[in-house]
Amino acid sequence: MKSHTLSVLVENKAGVLSRVTGLFSRRGFNIESLAVGTCEEPGTSRITIVCFADDAKIEQVIKQLNKLIDVIKVSDITDIERVERELALIKVNAEPGSSRAEIMQIASIFRAQIIDVGTRSLVLMLTGDTEKIDAMEKLLRQYGVRELVRTGRIAVIRGAKTVKSSK
Amino acid sequence: MKTGAKILIEGLQHEGVETIFGYPGGVVLPVYDELYNSDLQHILVRHEQAAAHAADGYARASGRVGVCLATSGPGACNLVTGIATAYMDSVPMVAITGQVPTNLLGNDAFQESDITGITLPITKHNYLVKRTEDLGHVVREAFYIAGTGRQGPVLIDLPKDVSTGEIEYEYPENEPVTLRGYQPTVRGHARQIEKAVDMLLEAERPLIYAGGGVIASNASAELVELSERLSVPVTCTLMGLGGIPCDHPLSLGMLGMHGTQYANYAVTESDLLIAIGARFDDRVTGKLDTFAPHARIIHIDIDPAEIGKNKKVDVPIVGDVKAVLQEMITRIRKEPRYQRWNARIQAWKEKYPLQYRSDGVLRPQYVVQKLSELLDGEGTIVSEVGQNQMWTAQYFCFKKPRTWITSGGLGTMGYGFPASIGAYFARPDQPVFDIAGDGSFQMTIQELGTVAQYNIPVKIAILNNRFLGMVRQWQELFYDRRYSYTELPPVDFVKIANAYGVEGMRVEAVEDVVPALKAALDCNGPYVMDFRIEREENVFPMVPAGAAINEMIGGHMQ
Repeated sequence: MKSHTLSVLVENKAGVLSRVTGLFSRRGFNIESLAVGTCEEPGTSRITIVCFADDAKIEQVIKQLNKLIDVIKVSDITDIERVERELALIKVNAEPGSSRAEIMQIASIFRAQIIDVGTRSLVLMLTGDTEKIDAMEKLLRQYGVRELVRTGRIAVIRGAKTVKSSK
Repeated sequence: MKTGAKILIEGLQHEGVETIFGYPGGVVLPVYDELYNSDLQHILVRHEQAAAHAADGYARASGRVGVCLATSGPGACNLVTGIATAYMDSVPMVAITGQVPTNLLGNDAFQESDITGITLPITKHNYLVKRTEDLGHVVREAFYIAGTGRQGPVLIDLPKDVSTGEIEYEYPENEPVTLRGYQPTVRGHARQIEKAVDMLLEAERPLIYAGGGVIASNASAELVELSERLSVPVTCTLMGLGGIPCDHPLSLGMLGMHGTQYANYAVTESDLLIAIGARFDDRVTGKLDTFAPHARIIHIDIDPAEIGKNKKVDVPIVGDVKAVLQEMITRIRKEPRYQRWNARIQAWKEKYPLQYRSDGVLRPQYVVQKLSELLDGEGTIVSEVGQNQMWTAQYFCFKKPRTWITSGGLGTMGYGFPASIGAYFARPDQPVFDIAGDGSFQMTIQELGTVAQYNIPVKIAILNNRFLGMVRQWQELFYDRRYSYTELPPVDFVKIANAYGVEGMRVEAVEDVVPALKAALDCNGPYVMDFRIEREENVFPMVPAGAAINEMIGGHMQ
């Protein structure tokens, strides 16, 4: 069992996301993370799915995804050199005084941006891989994380190669 | 200017549709009004489930896309069992449902149901059409998707304002449908085919395991040719029966839970299994680890997701069964072989034939056997689900593809009678028999109204044991004869038939079986035969659930 990253190119049509996610739940596949948005080809969207499964199961996932009419291309990029990022917005308690300064220090170490300053809270924006976001959240927990929002992972293959339609 | 309803009906005609099965209602009124003008034949059923099953039966008997039509809400929901049945058996079907107007969608309006959501897991694809402008190409895509690749049902949900909306539209005559996300593989990979042929020539005990894909791809002739060229024996799944004539010397009949002993022994001892358009279903394999334990496996299927799903495969070949078999046949240049293997199978056949007691008691196997002799490979045989289905699969000698129509994957009781209505319209020159149980028949018995109204000459042979027989059999064998809710009170089916204006006959004695079957055949209209059979007859042989398929019970009689 390991984490697989799938890059799925789909028709940008109503209901396509529920077709994809419905397939995962129906066949008992677990989604760890999912991110979706329009992409470079007009009329299409790209979904990045991270899924924890063994090799036989992931093969079935890919084959079943490929059977969906609105799915144009599925690529398992787990074993390909790639860059993978996630974005998180973290609203953390920050009373005026020393804790606020400490939080700002942590933010600068993690290269997080402070995108909102309130009288008693800060909102930090952090990009990175999952581990980095987990690590920062852990550090901030002592101040009180009021809200954490994550986009889910997105990924692209390194170099000129792409995940294009040629199913 | 054309309304959406007109575009729909014209679209159906362009797709070659002649007969549709349906039931009207509020939001499909515009479609029904357009039907009223058209020369499409519409058969009014008595329940929407029957419309779906009839379209399914039509599709299986003809090989063409079947069409059913229902209104929104309850109408659409009543199609669900029929759509799921078609999906599980890969039957090409287009289901059209009415929907509330687009401005009311999501509003819990009267007779609104989210039928595209509901049928998402049981359709190959579905559409909620939101603009009249989209309807023309949706209809074309739906037929294309339903009828190609691994076939299956496609649903079109049609809001009322889309069918009343008017636009300029001309059917694009010579423009093929292209979908970038849907390009089924038809031709098998040449090197894999080469490898499969080499493996076949190396094998000592090969066996073909043929499924519904052989029927769906119209590849029976190729299957028989491949089998004959090298003398490779063939066993069929429930869905594959008719793929090779049952009386062919190389045919082993059905395998699996209620298969023949010799077929199951052959699977267990084979050293090469060639699965053709079959999917290693649990009713076929029994305990997976012990299924074909000594065999290398070649798997030919149009759906790549079926290959390696349940069983590891040595040579996968994705492609249309017919195209792949043709390719394989051209590469075979050797003489018939496997003499020792075929001799061994012949010995099993002689030692372990299918058998039942003939002691003057009216037994269901006898009814099926006599019907089989009477029709001699002609006719269309449809069944319900349960014991009636297994007895028919075992004792009817199917000689041609598409003459056997049954709900295999979903196992839908009540399927047979409405499906036989569809089968009749596919091949009106052939007699159609529905082999039923008293339980299954009562699930869609209201269709007596349909066959009476149109004088559809479907013959219903009820194997009446006043039990839900297959469940009772399991209770007898595995639940200590505790017959929990499986006994049915007696019903006078002939009286019910008569009330609908349908003729019928009750049969209680063995010697009355053949005259009853002949009376049914001679009758110009529908006919009901109520065979009062031995109540606790079992389907044997049988592989208990979860056992290895060579561990069969009830095979020999003392």
